Amino acid sequence: MNTLSFIPLLLALTLSPLLPGVINRTKAFFAGRHGQPLLQTYFDLWKLLKKGAVYSRTTTWIFRAGPIIGLAAALTAGMLMPLGKCPALLAFPADFLLFAGLLGLVRFFTVVAALDTGSSFEGMGASREVFFSALTEPALFIALATLARQTGQLSLSTMFGSVSNAHWLHSGPVLGLVVLALMIVLLAENSRIPVDDPNTHLELTMIHEVMVLDHSGPDFAFILYTAALKLWMLGALVLGVVLPFSSGNPWLDLALALGGMFGLAVVIGVVESVMARLRLLFVPQLLIGAGAVAAVALILTLR
Amino acid sequence: MTWLLFAMAILLLGAMAVLLMGRPDRNVSWLGAGSVVIASVLGCVPVVQVLSGGSVEAVRVPWPVPFGEFFLELDPLTAWFLFPTLLLSALSAIYGVGYLRVWQGRRSLGPVWFYYCLLVLGMMLVLLARNAVLFLIAWELMALASFFLVTFEHERESVREAGWIYFVATHLGTAFLLAFFLLLGRETGSMDFTVWAEKGVPTSGPASILFLLAVIGFGTKAGFMPLHVWLPEAHPAAPSHVSALMSGVMIKTGIYGLLRALTFLGRPPLWWGWGLIAIGLSSGVLGVLFALAQHDLKRLLAYHSVENIGIITLGLGAGLLGVSTGSPVLIVLGFGGGLLHVVNHALFKGLLFLGAGSVLHGTGTREIDHLGGLLKRMPWTAATFLIGAVAISGLPPLNGFVSEFLIFLGAFKGGVSTGGAIAVPLFALVAGLALIGGLAVACFTKAFGIVFLGEPRSEHVSRAHEADWTMRLPMLLLAAGCVLIGLFAPVVVGSLKTVLESLTTLPPAVVSGNLAATTSPLSFVVLGAVIFLALLTVLVLLRRNLLARRRVEADVTWGCGYAQPTARMQYTASSFAQPLTDLFGLLLGTKKKITPPRGIFPEEATLKTVTPDISSEEMYRPIFERVNEWLSQLRWVQHGKVQLYVLYIAVTLIVLLIWGLR
Repeated sequence: MNTLSFIPLLLALTLSPLLPGVINRTKAFFAGRHGQPLLQTYFDLWKLLKKGAVYSRTTTWIFRAGPIIGLAAALTAGMLMPLGKCPALLAFPADFLLFAGLLGLVRFFTVVAALDTGSSFEGMGASREVFFSALTEPALFIALATLARQTGQLSLSTMFGSVSNAHWLHSGPVLGLVVLALMIVLLAENSRIPVDDPNTHLELTMIHEVMVLDHSGPDFAFILYTAALKLWMLGALVLGVVLPFSSGNPWLDLALALGGMFGLAVVIGVVESVMARLRLLFVPQLLIGAGAVAAVALILTLR
Repeated sequence: MTWLLFAMAILLLGAMAVLLMGRPDRNVSWLGAGSVVIASVLGCVPVVQVLSGGSVEAVRVPWPVPFGEFFLELDPLTAWFLFPTLLLSALSAIYGVGYLRVWQGRRSLGPVWFYYCLLVLGMMLVLLARNAVLFLIAWELMALASFFLVTFEHERESVREAGWIYFVATHLGTAFLLAFFLLLGRETGSMDFTVWAEKGVPTSGPASILFLLAVIGFGTKAGFMPLHVWLPEAHPAAPSHVSALMSGVMIKTGIYGLLRALTFLGRPPLWWGWGLIAIGLSSGVLGVLFALAQHDLKRLLAYHSVENIGIITLGLGAGLLGVSTGSPVLIVLGFGGGLLHVVNHALFKGLLFLGAGSVLHGTGTREIDHLGGLLKRMPWTAATFLIGAVAISGLPPLNGFVSEFLIFLGAFKGGVSTGGAIAVPLFALVAGLALIGGLAVACFTKAFGIVFLGEPRSEHVSRAHEADWTMRLPMLLLAAGCVLIGLFAPVVVGSLKTVLESLTTLPPAVVSGNLAATTSPLSFVVLGAVIFLALLTVLVLLRRNLLARRRVEADVTWGCGYAQPTARMQYTASSFAQPLTDLFGLLLGTKKKITPPRGIFPEEATLKTVTPDISSEEMYRPIFERVNEWLSQLRWVQHGKVQLYVLYIAVTLIVLLIWGLR
């Protein structure tokens, strides 16, 4: 562990709220609008942190604990996620299991906090959340297994560190399929189009947004920040596979990874601009498809 | 060993004493529970000694039964299983004191405690026995004692039915075990486990038949899909503290038996590992899917035991692959993860069944869709149930994550660099375990969320009351166990060393080397858990500070503008699970009965969903109906005339005598 390994965490903490801004500006560009400020999420967070809160009488301490546990788990997960070639603060064999477990913990408490309100809309969102995530989990793990087999490494930091031009040259299709699967996982886990529409205004069609309808004030700020961190971390997961170059200079690598991260946000924005969200019935097919794509990649490595 | 013999004597004395006291009296409960607790404490002394590296202890007493010998031995493998058995027996017994109090005056509690003591004794003997005859007798003692406990409320027909299914299933399993032991005895000319372990059987031919017999025989007790049919019937029917004991540790005797059998059978061919992984995947995935489709809280938990047995079997399968290919990493992590999950499952499944028992005790119903909002009325039960739910979902920082981490790590380490024949099952394990994890989160957010959160869905809840301290204490201790194993994971995994040395033929240096390679990532996991808890504390304080001088209001839940929300409009367990049960509809066969709303002003509409067990409906029911038809032709043999029965016996003896003289 050197000082450099603090940087991915620091960047995630400070810059993750910028990602939704970039995505929204990209979408605004496609729609010919001016769009909200790049720093809108920071303003939202600041405003919410200064507010009081309203709680439903139905709710219990679970509802209040949900956002806190979620943020604590997301922050811990942030320590495990490297950025490009820059290793994470904590790197050990199979650290991605802890990473996936912590994201699972976020989900568990978001869902029970939603159920705590007794609202059927939130129940609906919670039901869809566990439904979709149960299907993304295998895709994520098969993709990680493929990466582990391809690189011969068992930690996210060393896996990303050893993905090189040679890997892309020799087994481009494998890595390409892995990136595709991880990209679908990223979109599904962060409630983006084509799985969920973050801009929807009808409770019946929401997934993530509807689960947090009743949260307000600092609690909601925690939730927004958790969501931004999650987007950043899963983005870093995709980026780790995509970025094969290592310039030798760690600072240059970091700059490259940072550029890649915002490039990825632009890509998400483009995806959201050019396609509509899928009907809920087709989402499982997409997610199972992601698992199948990852499985094909894995089979290719078994030659 | 003296301690253990002493403990068993106390159990036997306790059993006799509660039966003699007879009178429906609260002292019966305390006497029964007290003897179990004392026996468990005594029994734990040698268990801890052996696990921490003490010498293996044995006692042999000649026994006049043919081929029988009263031969008990406490080796590390036995000790590893004995520890959760004793712990959960004691805690469930304490819980039972409070749980059975409602029956006081209505029914004599002597028999319940009699069978409870015998069940604990039976489990101890099963784990300690080293002679096949003694083992089978202990196995039968365990099965019968638990049968009588399952049929505690025998005045209800559903309970009698469940008891009957359990009775038949367990004896069919025993039949396969009988064949297993007889075949093994014929091969080796002995009924002694130590002889079998030393001699072994040649891998060709009989070994594979023996393996299949053991998988079916022990798998019936453990609950491998599709041999699991008795679990979802018997667990809900039994009193909850007995369900906890049966689901938490009794079914693990099947896993123990399978492991013990594997030590007799020599070097396994590759397909055994493949087979166990296939069984583990089907039990795990189908178990959690059926759990998701249930509306009965205890039935849901029973299906979850099938799932967890699947996870344990996945670990064992990975370990067997390691034995076949000589890969110490797979052996240590596969068997180690499976064994740790045995203990972990005993803790959280025991906890969850006790929690379900408190809910049943407090509200009088097990229907998830009739509950809701219980957290406000039963805060302790709810908090401990939540810990159990997070643990069983395999989420950090609790114990379920640790054992699944070991199995995953083994599969990843083993799968990264090996050829397809090993890598394919291991990656299938990875994908399957990931799916199981995702579905378990769905299942337990449903179980916890619908039962304890939201608004009450029926008047059952208004009667609800928190359990008394005898019921709360065991739940609290089990929840603490889940947290402690999560936080002291490297220490716990380190204690597997002696067990793995005795189970496998690996040299101690290899075992400890591979365990050390596991404990270093585990210490990072623990570090992550500590950081998580520290951050949690900081955030709690931060939130309190932020809200300290601000307006915090209470209002109604946002109903999207609807003015007349009622509690019945909440999402129910079946609606919560519906997307998943629909997607896997082919496997589940959920039956829906819908009366849709009609007309402009619809008055009545109903929806009823039932998910019967597909293997019991499609596989066993037709077979048993056919057998029943066929056997009913022999009914004239049984007519109730005792003198003729005596004649049957006499004729049989004479025939045997003639056959013997031949």
